[in-house]
Amino acid sequence: MKVKEKQPKRYFVTSDDTSAQKTKHKKKFNKQNVTKNKFTSRKEKNTQKTKNNEDVEVYDVKITPKMYHAQRSQDKKPIRQKPNFKRKKPQNFPGKAPLNPKKLEEYSRGERFQGRGVKNPLHNLKLKKKDRKIHYAEKQAARAEILLTEDQGGIEIEDEDYKTLAITQKVIADNVDIAAAAKIFELNLEFGPYRAKYSRNGRHLLLGSRKGHLAGFDWVTKKLHFEINVMESIHDISWLHVETMVAAAQKEWLYIYDNKGIELHCVKRIDKVLRMEFLPYHFLLACVSEYGFLTWLDISIGEIAGHYNNRLGRTLSMTHNPYNATLCLGDSKGVVSLWAPTVKEPLAKILCHKAPVTAISVNKNGMYMATSGVDRSMKIWDIRKLDGPLQHYMLRSAPVDLEFSQKNMLAVGLGDIVEIYDNCCTRTAEKPYMRHKMAKTVNNFKFCPYEDVLGIGTNRGFTSIIIPGSGEPNFDAYESNPFQTRSQRKEAEVKALLEKIPAELITLNPFEVTEVDVPSMRETLEAKKKLLHVKPKRVDLRPRNKNKGKNRITRQKIIKETARKEQVQQVKEAQGILKGSEQQKKPNQPSFGVLNRFVSNPKSNK
Amino acid sequence: MANVKIKVISRNPDEYLRATKRDIHKIPRNYDPSLHPLEAPREYVRALNAVKLERVFAKPFIGSLDGHRDGVSCMAKHPKRLAVLASGAFDGEIRLWDLAARKCTRNYVAHEGCVRAICYLPSGDKFTSVGDDKTIKTWKSQVVTEEDEEPVNTLLSSCVVTGVTHHRQRPIFATCGEHCQLWESTRNEPIKVFKWGVDSLHYVAFNQVENNILAACASDRSIILYDSRESGPLRKVVMELRSNALAWNPMEAFIFTVANEDYNLYSFDMRRLKEPVHVHMDHTSAVIDVDYAPTGREFVAGSYDKTVRIFQSERGHSRDVYHTKRMQRLTCVKWSLDNKYILTGSDEMNIRMWKAKASEKLGVLKPRERTALNYSEALKEKFASHPQVKRIARHRHVPKHVLNAQKEIRTIREKNKRKEANRHAHSKPGTIPRVSEREKHIVKEDV
Repeated sequence: MKVKEKQPKRYFVTSDDTSAQKTKHKKKFNKQNVTKNKFTSRKEKNTQKTKNNEDVEVYDVKITPKMYHAQRSQDKKPIRQKPNFKRKKPQNFPGKAPLNPKKLEEYSRGERFQGRGVKNPLHNLKLKKKDRKIHYAEKQAARAEILLTEDQGGIEIEDEDYKTLAITQKVIADNVDIAAAAKIFELNLEFGPYRAKYSRNGRHLLLGSRKGHLAGFDWVTKKLHFEINVMESIHDISWLHVETMVAAAQKEWLYIYDNKGIELHCVKRIDKVLRMEFLPYHFLLACVSEYGFLTWLDISIGEIAGHYNNRLGRTLSMTHNPYNATLCLGDSKGVVSLWAPTVKEPLAKILCHKAPVTAISVNKNGMYMATSGVDRSMKIWDIRKLDGPLQHYMLRSAPVDLEFSQKNMLAVGLGDIVEIYDNCCTRTAEKPYMRHKMAKTVNNFKFCPYEDVLGIGTNRGFTSIIIPGSGEPNFDAYESNPFQTRSQRKEAEVKALLEKIPAELITLNPFEVTEVDVPSMRETLEAKKKLLHVKPKRVDLRPRNKNKGKNRITRQKIIKETARKEQVQQVKEAQGILKGSEQQKKPNQPSFGVLNRFVSNPKSNK
Repeated sequence: MANVKIKVISRNPDEYLRATKRDIHKIPRNYDPSLHPLEAPREYVRALNAVKLERVFAKPFIGSLDGHRDGVSCMAKHPKRLAVLASGAFDGEIRLWDLAARKCTRNYVAHEGCVRAICYLPSGDKFTSVGDDKTIKTWKSQVVTEEDEEPVNTLLSSCVVTGVTHHRQRPIFATCGEHCQLWESTRNEPIKVFKWGVDSLHYVAFNQVENNILAACASDRSIILYDSRESGPLRKVVMELRSNALAWNPMEAFIFTVANEDYNLYSFDMRRLKEPVHVHMDHTSAVIDVDYAPTGREFVAGSYDKTVRIFQSERGHSRDVYHTKRMQRLTCVKWSLDNKYILTGSDEMNIRMWKAKASEKLGVLKPRERTALNYSEALKEKFASHPQVKRIARHRHVPKHVLNAQKEIRTIREKNKRKEANRHAHSKPGTIPRVSEREKHIVKEDV
């Protein structure tokens, strides 16, 4: 039962009722009416019944818990509403443009700080402030994308039945501007199978042939820097940190030439090199020799940063992971192993194929690795997880070479055909994006950085083809600049040398250097021992034998051991009792007070 | 043939190359993380380089002001002009300096015997000096006529005067000697005399924020607090050894730091003198003088071990140490009011100017220079606790006598620690109380 008056009781209102108080009451009254509208429906019903009888109305309302909650929530609502002091934003400027969450994720620097796990409130606040700054930087970087000037290439076809696969280089040459069409060219050279490599900014091309032909040129303007014949077989070539120096792995030793073809160095410490990779941020030239020796040569100071035998035998498939600068080697057993100069064991191993590995490639952000074996299969792996292949393709023949482009297109060399797959990592590509057929066998190929170009070294020269959409359209001039002038190159060289990363920092996780170093229990105990006055508890750090007493023989041993121990204990106790009785028999020493210490001890006399 | 649209990257070189040779180079940027690999190790190397460069550029000494014919006993900063400094010597001479030109503008013998202390009036047009001849003289800062060379006012104290300090707003100043005396410039007699026991005082300083409070260091190892509005002293704390100088934190009115004979500095909260808030160690001999930076975040201390150390006010150990071969025992230190320079006076008659931040570049910074410095600061902070970075950042070369003294102090401290630990280990638990480092040096607090 609940009794309610229609008018609120006005016992605090005096006769000289001020207008202010009046309004106050009015409000209160209104509020009651508004907020307690749950009752009103029943109230009306009840009032109709009892209206005639009395001034005071009696409501016959049974309050259920549901109603009670509903009313409470309604009561709270006006309290929760905060007065809006902020001025309304003018409609003509609705604020910053919304960011695409996917874009934001691309620029993300890891998980945000949640404020958990930090006990000290001051440190918590500091970390939160830092996190806010980092998040702001992420957003700004994502917003800065609007300033990029170039668009990514691509092919658009109106007819749905028509596939991109049918587009030949001739069609491309007809449909693009003259400057771009000039990027399709062919060099017919006669010194046997050629290897080709582009410089890091994609401006220069280096060719080296098995029969000793070595040439470097600006392939955009087709200006030749040098052309020599080293009169020896060349197994591999590489640009060094600038386009004025090249390395060539010749029959015996490693040679370094400048851009006039003058021999600068003959590195006799490194011999019979088969494959080379240059790590630009570490200034390391990584080589693998015919006998399976891995060597990292620091080309800035001419010292060897790491040199050991990988015990894999002769391997021809080598690449480096640009994400963490580790070397990937594929061996004849189908295992791909990752190597760093300071660790003489592989950092990781994956059994990729059940046949010898023919080629490996890792994409630019170190997420995917493509491997191919003699068994004609090609697999895509998540290299950070080192777990089962993401994709498994069977090809018509064993690939000669694999290569990821900057926009994650994968080129596969099959005899005299080069196939390019688009978006083949996350989903299974049914058909290649493009196919280029030549009348020459493919030796190796490289995507030109910051261009939609694939350069193919063949047994009869070099072929350059256009793959629309394969290259990164916008370069960062502080990282690598295709339009670099000589003075800029000199300055960038100095800067890069100052920021040379030491070889010890090559690890699987490149962010290891920023992580908190948590000392192990053994280290903390060692540190405690060093303190002079603290005696640490003795802790046996050997792992426990968990199988103790599990099998029959050991259990029997344990039973025997405990029985023996008990017996020994009993014997000891018995001896103790005997001794005690003997000691009691001994007469007490006479006391001489303070001078007691001068009295001779019978024990020492023995 | 179907209708095919093919788009290929084709850059127009004109858009990427500068138009003329006088133009700046075009630097297109792309912040895509995949174009900037190995971010963490590269930043680490940059941080290492930044911290190395900081050590390379750490050349704090700017110059010395010579001219005094005896050891410098005291200095005073001008409250309104950065380039003006007054210094007094043990032979009674006062010199005024133009710091920008590094020249002495005026010198005269002010007192018979030693000049004990100098302090500027808050307006900056006059300064007061006290000497061994029991006189308190007020001088004009600017000399226009010949009359201005004579003291404006000379007060004769009944007892020895060893320190002087001026109230921030009111025209009163305090001197110390046998007692703490409060003077008004217009009167010949002190308006108030504070006494507590039979101690003699050797340093007095007004609080510049809570400006009626003043503190004094006494020779009976105590620090006494006074209120200029009251008749008696407020409270005192007795320490194990004598405090030589005292400085109030200009930003936190209740904090003051004392330079003690026991090689340490102690920061006290004046509301709770039972134990200091911080103990600042690192000096290897008695600390003679201390002065706060105007930010209140740092202070400088000069010591008898011939070094100047800069402490962060909330850290136990010094941030930096300055020394030269020729600099002898420090007698006074000052931190300039623009937070950029440190001035030290020493026994061998010289006043030296130092940079407050050893590797800071003086002069105007170009915007690109500024951003590069800010970037390297951020990197240094990010990798501050990395062992290699920390090692380089902490490394300081100190004179051999300091190094040997440091070793000695370390062995003594280790010995005491070990002994204490052994005593605890071999006695009944709870019988020997553990005394913290902060409590150790305090004898008692009197109210």
